[in-house]
Amino acid sequence: MNFVVLQFPASNCDQDAVHVLRNVLGHSARLLWHKETSLGSPDAVIVPGGFSYGDYLRTGAIARFSPVMQAVQTFAANGGPVLGICNGFQILCEAGLLPGALIRNRSLQFRCEHVFIKTLTTDSPFTNQIPDGKLLRVPIAHGEGCYFADDETIAKLKANNQILWQYTSAAGEVTDAANPNGSLQNIAGICNDRRNVAGLMPHPERASEPLLGSADGKLIFESLIHSLQSKQMAKAA
Amino acid sequence: MICADFVRAVMKAKIIITPKKAVLDPQGKTVQSALEHMGYSGIGAVHVGKYLEIEVTGDKETVRKQIDEACHKFLSNPVIEDYRLEIE
Repeated sequence: MNFVVLQFPASNCDQDAVHVLRNVLGHSARLLWHKETSLGSPDAVIVPGGFSYGDYLRTGAIARFSPVMQAVQTFAANGGPVLGICNGFQILCEAGLLPGALIRNRSLQFRCEHVFIKTLTTDSPFTNQIPDGKLLRVPIAHGEGCYFADDETIAKLKANNQILWQYTSAAGEVTDAANPNGSLQNIAGICNDRRNVAGLMPHPERASEPLLGSADGKLIFESLIHSLQSKQMAKAA
Repeated sequence: MICADFVRAVMKAKIIITPKKAVLDPQGKTVQSALEHMGYSGIGAVHVGKYLEIEVTGDKETVRKQIDEACHKFLSNPVIEDYRLEIE
């Protein structure tokens, strides 16, 4: 599969994402500078973590107007899968590709630690290979990861099974103590109603090899690859 | 020497951005409790926002329209923030 990983000024998880896709999973991945106006013809786009534009004004607020984001809008509108990680999630929300917004952590602290997340549905290109009931142990590193949306949006997310991941305790319970940032409904990640665009605050690319203490994050990339391969096979048949 | 009368007047767009009432404002809460701890009485809810000043020239009504659009599209996020715009 061909992946494109976007690169904004002050992206800092772009190389990690490329490393996992290329060296751990054996697929093709290339970096694409934010000034580009065309994506080429990738199978999927990753919007990586970092502090694009120094987080000035609001996280992701300036990056969403980068030329490359217009191409991402078109790609997503045509059904292409887009995964936003951390700052990438914030950018996708600012761009209106995902509902809601990420605001300052309730604790006002930057949280950098491993958390547990549970997957609420395997019905998405980003979760289909995650075994039922498996908790993922993945790191977070953010100051603005508190997911907020109005009541109506939250109700829609629930009704359409768009909440993909929730923060839990090590035992898998959705508790306030297990919520690292104050996100409504302990939301760690969501997808759009068409299910081709997703974002999450934790970093699966930093937890895709046992050497790094957890390889759970790999399941998210493997889900995406599986979904792309199934689509390709269906097309060929 | 340039006479000030011939220079096109520079207006100032003043924008105040505040978190929406329904949005958690941990900064505001922390400032509120600090004020209370310092002994100030009668302190109610505190909201911490942003203030922007933009120097701008042009026809006042056009400027207002343009900056208002920028506030909605870019300078504030309507999901979480309200804004107030004044042109002087």
